[in-house]
Amino acid sequence: MVDLPLTETPAPRRRPALSWAPYVGLVTIGGLLLLWTLASAFGWASPVFLPSPGRVWDAFLRVATEGYANATLAEHIAASLWRVFAALIAAMVVGVPAGLLIATSRVGRGILDPLIEFIRPLPPLAYLPLIIIWFGIGEPSKVLVIAIAMLAPIVISTVSGVRAASDSQIQAARTFGASRWQVIREVMVPAALPSILTGIRIALGAGWTTLVAAELVAATRGLGYMIQSAAQFLVTDMVIAGILVISALATISELGLRYIERRYLPWIGKS
Amino acid sequence: MLSIENLSKVYQNGTHAVGGLDLSVEPGAIVAIVGASGCGKSSLLRIIAGLELASSGVVKIDGIPLDGPHDRIGVVFQEPRLLPWLTVKQNVGFGLAHLPREERLYRAELALLLVGLSNKANAWPRELSGGQAQRVAIARALVSRPDVLLLDEPFSALDAFTRADLQRHLLEIWRGSESQPTMIVVTHDLDEAVALADRIIVMRPDPGRIIAELPVNLARPRHRAQPGFDAVRHRLVALLDRRSADAALRSA
Repeated sequence: MVDLPLTETPAPRRRPALSWAPYVGLVTIGGLLLLWTLASAFGWASPVFLPSPGRVWDAFLRVATEGYANATLAEHIAASLWRVFAALIAAMVVGVPAGLLIATSRVGRGILDPLIEFIRPLPPLAYLPLIIIWFGIGEPSKVLVIAIAMLAPIVISTVSGVRAASDSQIQAARTFGASRWQVIREVMVPAALPSILTGIRIALGAGWTTLVAAELVAATRGLGYMIQSAAQFLVTDMVIAGILVISALATISELGLRYIERRYLPWIGKS
Repeated sequence: MLSIENLSKVYQNGTHAVGGLDLSVEPGAIVAIVGASGCGKSSLLRIIAGLELASSGVVKIDGIPLDGPHDRIGVVFQEPRLLPWLTVKQNVGFGLAHLPREERLYRAELALLLVGLSNKANAWPRELSGGQAQRVAIARALVSRPDVLLLDEPFSALDAFTRADLQRHLLEIWRGSESQPTMIVVTHDLDEAVALADRIIVMRPDPGRIIAELPVNLARPRHRAQPGFDAVRHRLVALLDRRSADAALRSA
């Protein structure tokens, strides 16, 4: 009789599902770059309208080292980042409590809902002149224009997040003697955080979109100002460099928010 | 002593969930409530818990009327209803917000010790099995040292083995707690009712009312093979069967 070693049949390993999306994205970007290079190499478009990737890279290096429109790239980026994130903080300080009020109080909904619905569809360029008349051409006006554009997504996502808080969790909290305020603070707000974070992501997108409009008037620094200045003199390579920098910053802030979500809201999608 | 006097609940859609119900439960007793779906047993439990208002009647503990959720009453729901953004220990201590932090955590740790989950104190709810999560829910209900513990089909979402294990564990917790709370268990599982209760209340719908009370005088721990277990169970089945119950009520 042969003693066979006691071995267990290993469970079939599940291969992690391959996600092709990032590769497809890279191929798309690579394809566009190739098309752009070919278009400029074969002269399919005038360099005034479409400078080559190499010229855009040169413009990027030029603004990074020598500067353009009174400031270096770092100074333009710092000015724009300050405006966008100051506006984001202002929009959050106003938007999250406003969303909570709309979601939890009939009076709050009655007062604030029409205001948000009024602001929501307005294009920033439409209210920019009014903001300048009211608040002047200084820094506060620029931040305010961006903040107004960011407000509606944050309010709406807060309302939807709070309303999505599970009745069963609210009920459980009530049975343990939680007051109305405690239910809002310890059940509704945490339950709404994933939605609020989504709202912030949308708001940041709106903020970057509005940045150029906000920096149209009396700015001396900022990526929007840099793009506008370059556009006035048909320095297209600088315009494209500015656009790519804004896009890169928006992507970095999006990745940052995703990191915050993973790090600080680990229960999302797993509860 | 928990007493319910002439309790009625009529919902806005006209459903008469509970109609003129009277019930007294002595301190430390375990009462199971059984009945067909819609007989008002969950409504009754929610009114006792203070989650719903009665249309008329009153719920009292030691003669004091209750008018909302109260820390003398703990509730365990069918699902654990843990808050996913809090750790296990924070979930258990949730209802102790009025206490200093140190005491809150100490009592949460004690409650977790009672349910055998001290090693999971810093875990997240998503890291628990269904049975463990329900034990945390029991610890959360017990942490405020309630006089009355209400359990609304607490183990129905669990598999048979886990359910039996938790029933046994619940009795151990009940015996091990400082002041054995009165327990009211709403269940569809007749075996569970016989295994746990000192007294089984049978309810019938339209409107929800008590049609019978069955004392269970079997030694604990109980199991299905125990003499007398099946007899109580058969009696319950007969009471829950409408025609036999009608005959029983007529002869009573």
